[in-house]
Amino acid sequence: LPPQFHNLQELRQSPSLATKVFIQRDYSEGTVCRFQTKFPSELGSRIERMLFEDTVKTLNTYYAEAEKVGGQSYMEGCLACATAYFIFLCMETRYEKVLKKISGYIQEQNEKIYAPRGLLLTDPVERGMRVIEVSVFEDRGSSGSSPSSNVSSGISQR
Amino acid sequence: MHLGLDEPVRECQYNPICTRNSSSMETSGHKKKRTPRRKWQIFPGRNRFYCNGRVMMARQTGVFYLTLVLIMVTSGLFFAFDCPFLASNLTPAIPVIGGVLFVFVLGMLFRASFSDPGVLPRATPDEAADLERQIDAANGPSGPGYRPPPRTREVVVNGQTVKLKYCFTCKIFRPPRASHCSLCDNCVERFDHHCPWVGNCVGKRNYRFFYLFILSLSFLTIFIFAFVITHVILRSNRTGFLSALKDSPASVLEVLVCFFSVWSIMGLSGFHTYLISSNQTTNEDIKGSWSTKRAKDNYNPYSYGNILTNCCAALCGPLPPSLIDRRGLIQSDTPQPVSHSNGSSMYNSTQLHTHMAATTPLLHSDPVMMGGEGPTLPGKSSLGGPCASLAPSQPSLPSSMPGLGCAGDMLTLRDPDTHCHHHHFVSPEETPSPGPMPLTLPCPAHMTHGGHMNPAQLYDPASQDSLHEDSVRGLVKLSSV
Repeated sequence: LPPQFHNLQELRQSPSLATKVFIQRDYSEGTVCRFQTKFPSELGSRIERMLFEDTVKTLNTYYAEAEKVGGQSYMEGCLACATAYFIFLCMETRYEKVLKKISGYIQEQNEKIYAPRGLLLTDPVERGMRVIEVSVFEDRGSSGSSPSSNVSSGISQR
Repeated sequence: MHLGLDEPVRECQYNPICTRNSSSMETSGHKKKRTPRRKWQIFPGRNRFYCNGRVMMARQTGVFYLTLVLIMVTSGLFFAFDCPFLASNLTPAIPVIGGVLFVFVLGMLFRASFSDPGVLPRATPDEAADLERQIDAANGPSGPGYRPPPRTREVVVNGQTVKLKYCFTCKIFRPPRASHCSLCDNCVERFDHHCPWVGNCVGKRNYRFFYLFILSLSFLTIFIFAFVITHVILRSNRTGFLSALKDSPASVLEVLVCFFSVWSIMGLSGFHTYLISSNQTTNEDIKGSWSTKRAKDNYNPYSYGNILTNCCAALCGPLPPSLIDRRGLIQSDTPQPVSHSNGSSMYNSTQLHTHMAATTPLLHSDPVMMGGEGPTLPGKSSLGGPCASLAPSQPSLPSSMPGLGCAGDMLTLRDPDTHCHHHHFVSPEETPSPGPMPLTLPCPAHMTHGGHMNPAQLYDPASQDSLHEDSVRGLVKLSSV
């Protein structure tokens, strides 16, 4: 019997994946993590522009919060230096906390908005923070029950 | 692992040559011989990993051990021979402060050496393909014999135009301030320089540790120097100079080591203090990227405007986590980065494309079987990657120039577009520079040297002249320091 696989690997490598669209970084404000909010034309038919732009703008806000150089980050930095950075053995950095929030947000967006439209967002942190990878699945006509059911297992855990 | 469709295959008990390490794959009851592999084991750069991926260093670590030995021996001699006298005759605070400094120095050194400097993971095959498409579209159709221009992208950062260069090894457009280290064969964010004394690159994630290391080492060196001199003087007052030296011979060695190293370490600390306060990297300073000599309205778009903010941002800013997840487990759907294959198509035989339904379980790279699957299944993981062993990245060609870095450090800038004009200072790997860190700024070492051609890289002869000018300007600036 040929082996059967009922997990996301099959989905991801199944021929229903049509293409991948990459949202690149926006460096106009320096090296802070920001993604371009320009709506890619390949997604034009699959999702409303406003929804997509909202997602990217929210992500940008999260990243800005993580990288904000301000009172809290100074305190964290000084405390860490004073403890010779041992404190990070027990405590998460603020950046890591925000990354977790982002990961949860992306998962939620995938479940609610993207999977029903046959799309899948990949967390940028898995692509070196270079791109937001949007996987576009073939429009099978029937609503994408298989993509959405596997979405939650699809976001690989970091 | 799962058995293939053929009867004979199922009969035999194969020991897998390579394991596909996703737990979900272990469904066929095949014996799992090895523990799941971690991503550091298939890391494409030229780094070394220890402690199961927790420690990450450059390939050549000889000079790092020298640094460690120098610090530990000198401090050890200080605590053993000078401190007892000083503690009893002056104050016990001296060994305490010395101890605190020593521990801090070592802590910062280890942090700088062992952590990920900010390596950018290489592009996945899909990303690389997408970029190639964009570049081809931008360049237009090319006839035979037409050399495409070097791949650059211009962005405007805070009003200043910055050119992003395409990295042929990592197949990405480097973010601003990132650079490719040819020794480690990685693109590193906010690349400062490759430091052989620390045995690692210095980049975004470990710059503050490096800076605190050299700063605290300056204090430690001065501290030891001052108190050893004090010790010898106090002893000489009692017993005469020569017998003082005879009583405490270690002091001579300590004074020598400290005397010769303090100049270069303090010089380096001062230099980096200047860099931090102006929010520049060594790389940018050497090249004169933001110098007004280049263009009248040239300015540094990353600077916050005032010294204090720049310092605070560099030292107390948020510490981004590592992007390479070196201790993560390899999962079957982990996209393997494109191994550098001399610019040829990414669907080459070194990359396996697995197809779930029909795989031969074992032969780890059988391009005949796999090759055909490639184009139809984009985004597949190449699970045979580890075994097929990602084609060795293009060899960086260290020339055998006896290298004397700037102030003892090695600045390695590899720029595929300026293939002939590297600011490439290679230090002799295992042989330390004479004496501990003499401060030398050798002008002859700044020779551009040829022989660094990667034949696979595309370059545009027409643009070399302007680049040559740039690099010469950089050289001139350096030698005038």
